[in-house]
Amino acid sequence: MADQRQAVARPLSPHLQIYRFTITMAMSIIHRITGMGLYAGSALLAWWLIAAATGLEAYATFQAAAGHWFGQLVLIGYTWALLHHLFGGIRYLLWDEIVATSPKSADIISWLATLAGILGTVAVWAVVFSMRGVI
Amino acid sequence: MVQFRLPKNSTMSEGKTFKASPDAKNVKRFRVYRWSPDDGKNPTIDTYEVDLDKCGPMVLDALIKIKNEIDQTLTFRRSCREGICGSCAMNIDGANTLACTKGIDEVKGDVKIYPLPHMPVIKDLVPDLTNFYAQHAFIEPYLQTKSPSPEKEWRQSHEDREKLDGLYECILCACCSTSCPSYWWNGDRYLGPAALLQAYRWLIDSRDEATGERLDALEDPFRLYRCHTIMNCAKTCPKGLNPAKAIAEIKKMMVERQA
Repeated sequence: MADQRQAVARPLSPHLQIYRFTITMAMSIIHRITGMGLYAGSALLAWWLIAAATGLEAYATFQAAAGHWFGQLVLIGYTWALLHHLFGGIRYLLWDEIVATSPKSADIISWLATLAGILGTVAVWAVVFSMRGVI
Repeated sequence: MVQFRLPKNSTMSEGKTFKASPDAKNVKRFRVYRWSPDDGKNPTIDTYEVDLDKCGPMVLDALIKIKNEIDQTLTFRRSCREGICGSCAMNIDGANTLACTKGIDEVKGDVKIYPLPHMPVIKDLVPDLTNFYAQHAFIEPYLQTKSPSPEKEWRQSHEDREKLDGLYECILCACCSTSCPSYWWNGDRYLGPAALLQAYRWLIDSRDEATGERLDALEDPFRLYRCHTIMNCAKTCPKGLNPAKAIAEIKKMMVERQA
């Protein structure tokens, strides 16, 4: 019997291809991606500190890179990744304490965490740009 | 193992179309996954046009009508037709549910029907649930005691009995486990939401005396901790149960017994 069943190469039923996406699914994926992004962000942070400790020339190199429009974009991305991961993490903490575990509340806190990440990023950079006198 | 794309033998293509009779006024299209072990071909999506004026209200009614009147080769499991046996669990309109309790009118546009996701297919809408049942057996879903048996039954207070509400109602349809991406990628080592909900059902049963051993069996990076609270299980359960919450409770018990 067992051998006969093995003889048939059974197809795998479709999964990601057909499952309707949910906010909690998206959050799980983005949490991982932002988590990986934080490694790169930490490296940038280390670069900044090492440059500051090394001397004027090294710091000027960092300054130029960070001040470039692409550098700014990376920093904004890093800010968002950090905040999104933070609020997403708080959401996991709540679930570990059996808070907001019903499907509806799970969706609500997922949207709230997403929103908080975006608003937090906007707020941080609004302060940065206003201090520089850009806006 | 995480593999986002389907294996070569599992990719799907457009199949046959069965038109409704020209005088049918209220036609709905059912797009159904088909695969037969007999012809060596890849799965296809067949289209059946069903006259809803001559069909019952549920998706299962349509499937039975298709099998009776349009295409006898269509294969699916069904039994009670009232949401208590769990046989007709399948993926309808992008989420797992029971065909017998899913109203056709709940689906906008074509009704897309697939077998439960990321499972070996036996035929058409029938998945192989061998591993799923083995996982249920692994958590030993029965009362285990050490103290001498009482003369009559093992007694339980009303309060303790209430703790089993929301757990004992599980019908083992496998909707939750097969909705879980963690189960898709690690179904061989992660027990999945259905088995873990049942594990919790016995962990908090006041009469059960094997709590420690049960927790020991779950203390493993995969069996329990592959749950990443994606929450698909709770959203998809056709009985409205919450396996994600039960798993969180088990994780909490694990921490508490360390203290």
